Amino acid sequence: MDTKVFDMNDIDIAWCPGCGNFPILKTLKRALAELQIKPTDIVLVSGIGQAAKAPHYFRTNVFNGLHGRALPAATAIKAANPAMTVIAESGDGDMYGEGGNHFIHTIRRNPNITNIVHNNMVYGLTKGQASPTSQKGFVTPVQVRGVFLEPFNPLAVAIALDASFVARAFSGDIEQTADIIKQAIEHDGYALVDIFQPCVTFNRLNTYQWFKEHTYYLDDHDPSDRQKAFEKATETEKLPLGIFYKSPQKPSFEENIGIYDDKQVPLYQRDLNKEELSNLIETFKMRL
Amino acid sequence: MSKGLSLNNPESVSICLCGQAGQGIQTVEHLLTRIFKLAGFNVFATKEYMSRVRGGMNSTSIRISPGPVRAAASTIDILIPLNKGALQHVERNISSHTVILADKEMIGGDIDQTKYKFVDIPFTGTAAGIGDKIYSNVVAVGTMAGLFGIELSMASKYVEKFFSTKSSDIVQKNLAALKKGFDFGAELVKSSKIKFEIAADADVEDQVLLNGAEAVALGAIAGGCNFIASYPMSPSTGVLAFLARHAETFDIIAEQAEDEIAAINMGLGAWYAGARAMVTTSGGGFALMIEGVSLAAMLESPMVIHLAQRPGPATGLPTRTEQADLVLALYAGHGEFPRVIFAPGKIEDAFILTQRAFNLADKYQVPVFILTDQYFIDSYYNTAAPDLSKFKIEKHITRTNKDYRRYELTKGGVSPRGVPGFGKGLVVVDSDEHDTEGHITEDLELRIRMVDKRLKKGELLKKDNIPPELTGPKNYKNLIVCWGSTRNIAEEALQKIGRNDTALLHFKQVYPLAAQTAEYLQKAKKTIIIENNAGSQFAKLIKLHTGIDIDKKILKYNGLSFFVEELTEKLKEALN
Ligand SMILES: Cc1ncc(C[n+]2csc(CCOP(=O)(O)OP(=O)(O)O)c2C)c(N)n1
Repeated sequence: MDTKVFDMNDIDIAWCPGCGNFPILKTLKRALAELQIKPTDIVLVSGIGQAAKAPHYFRTNVFNGLHGRALPAATAIKAANPAMTVIAESGDGDMYGEGGNHFIHTIRRNPNITNIVHNNMVYGLTKGQASPTSQKGFVTPVQVRGVFLEPFNPLAVAIALDASFVARAFSGDIEQTADIIKQAIEHDGYALVDIFQPCVTFNRLNTYQWFKEHTYYLDDHDPSDRQKAFEKATETEKLPLGIFYKSPQKPSFEENIGIYDDKQVPLYQRDLNKEELSNLIETFKMRL
Repeated sequence: MSKGLSLNNPESVSICLCGQAGQGIQTVEHLLTRIFKLAGFNVFATKEYMSRVRGGMNSTSIRISPGPVRAAASTIDILIPLNKGALQHVERNISSHTVILADKEMIGGDIDQTKYKFVDIPFTGTAAGIGDKIYSNVVAVGTMAGLFGIELSMASKYVEKFFSTKSSDIVQKNLAALKKGFDFGAELVKSSKIKFEIAADADVEDQVLLNGAEAVALGAIAGGCNFIASYPMSPSTGVLAFLARHAETFDIIAEQAEDEIAAINMGLGAWYAGARAMVTTSGGGFALMIEGVSLAAMLESPMVIHLAQRPGPATGLPTRTEQADLVLALYAGHGEFPRVIFAPGKIEDAFILTQRAFNLADKYQVPVFILTDQYFIDSYYNTAAPDLSKFKIEKHITRTNKDYRRYELTKGGVSPRGVPGFGKGLVVVDSDEHDTEGHITEDLELRIRMVDKRLKKGELLKKDNIPPELTGPKNYKNLIVCWGSTRNIAEEALQKIGRNDTALLHFKQVYPLAAQTAEYLQKAKKTIIIENNAGSQFAKLIKLHTGIDIDKKILKYNGLSFFVEELTEKLKEALN
């Protein structure tokens, strides 16, 4: 499939020239095209932020909700119609800060969705404040003494919660990132892909160059080894990229809720069983 | 027979049981209401309880009557205290007419026997004889059955059914407890110590016995609800639990969310994908959902919100009642957008309105509220079963074509709603201001058209609403106004006053207000409003929409509902 099917005409993209969001947009189109998934079969769900605007530049179904709230909406969309390929996509502030509680519990719930986080270690849209993943010492107009909070480690948290699929990528590497995203989409269960994304305007610390120098690809790593995955996730000297962890196959949320056990029909195609309702009401007559 | 201990063919008999949490008061309430209904009595039950799992003092009040009985009364005809301290807890409602059936030994010095009518029944001793003190509540159930001349075989059958999942030893012991109690009750009648006669009502058999939570949940199912995400919070949780219990039968996804924010965002995701979703919550939880209400408005998504009120601010009184979140529901959400607020007063209305909420939300793509409260949610009575042939699930979704635009501008403001995967089009929704396709825009001309589009739906809703319901003479001089759960209490109080110049106007839809509202009020020489809050929120809403001031306000905000007797007195005062 040609990635052009996902292109929008006449759009005014709100990202800065050179922004790390551009390659992520391109990579996602490529991954979906290579997987032959049609625009009508995809729902891109996002919150608010510069990264969260990505779905507007993508010709497909879109649910652009509130800041931090993409995951609950994405979970429900998938549950109501499991035939859809559902991707929740936002920035690090959105997913790990405002939406931090949903991040934790979505992992526990394990819907079969892909969670793409554009991790630029800064709040872009609101002009440069610290994000949960900002590095210590990062000076901003608000963190005037430099960030002193411990950076949030999304991968370690996800692995600790036995997330179904945990990966990290770098937006500067379209080849490998497309491959990781494809595996995440094909994976049955919740899949986290945290993507390092340089912010050319507000983050002069974590630049393209910095990411190139401070990352390396996992090699010879067994993603079923949780201990090792956790160890890798906590490395800080150089940050590993690739698929850290895949938990042994566990049922997804949609499988657990039971309503798809014997029929695959989405909720919008189902109708109330009036006879059953009538029977239920009858029980409130409290007859013996 | 000691004088005053009997009531022949009374209008209704009020039974109050009081004890600690965990002592089985809930079981007694359940068994007695069912057994009374089986006997053909009209039944009403309500409870008040403390916010704790064990200990404390809880009471349940059951009224039985030959005719319909649907409101809380404070009078106690028969009181069964189940532990020490119970008498003090309800003392303010004990009168010289109250018959106290109590275990003399257990209540000990709690009671001045010369002051009250007291009949010693060894509930605890009898239960201990059977094997455990815990059976004393079933001894009490038996005593009531004996006292009201209910067939023991029928009561036994129900008790057996109720405990059917327990071991046969437990079933047998409960049956033995029931029988012992029954003998005490029958003996009281035989010895003419006490005599209550309630005539059976032939209509009762075919009626349903429902509480507010069940009526809301059944109405939701009848409205096609197939998705509920919520976070537990009294008194709203019953609806979630009910739908979870029946999820398998009705293909419902019932999920306990990590918080209320997740709950409503899940609900919106579900509607987007074609489900019919609701959330159930109480004030504090709803406060967290508010950004989601605003999102529903911007996405033009349907949403059904059951808001069961309890006293605030903050955690307030978690297990008590109040009608103080009307203003919250009315103004919740940033920005300007239409909404609908229902406030059922009758159990059957909770069913009808919740059913309607799904159709209305879907038709106009707006948030619709069902505003109840702890009193309404936890009160039961028998009423006609809903006639399902009258209810239709109206699905307002379209199969999309290739050039589908989610926010196409239409005359009425409502754009056809597509769902992803249904048709050839793409469905794009956005919390930012958006163009007709659903994509983010800062075109300020378009902004105006989109605001107008959303507000136009409010104009349609003003026409498609449920008018207030008038009880009493059409050519009234005095008009009593109420909304939501106070309805049945006000109606019984009105009957008690017995004036032919006074009528009752109940609003089950509190927003948008019906056009007739002003006319109803203008016709009255005197208007009186009844509200279970301190600020008279509904009177203020009426003033805002009609310019009319309500003359007198009867307000209550101690955490309890009104009681018929108290309201009767207050109304008499206000009418003079
Ligand atoms: C409830 C709420 N709080 C705050 C905001 C303002 N806000 C918009 S985006 C954002 C953070 C953006 O950072 P991130 O999610 O990392 O995305 P980026 O812009 O960097 O891509 C904030 C704080 C909002 N829209 N909603």
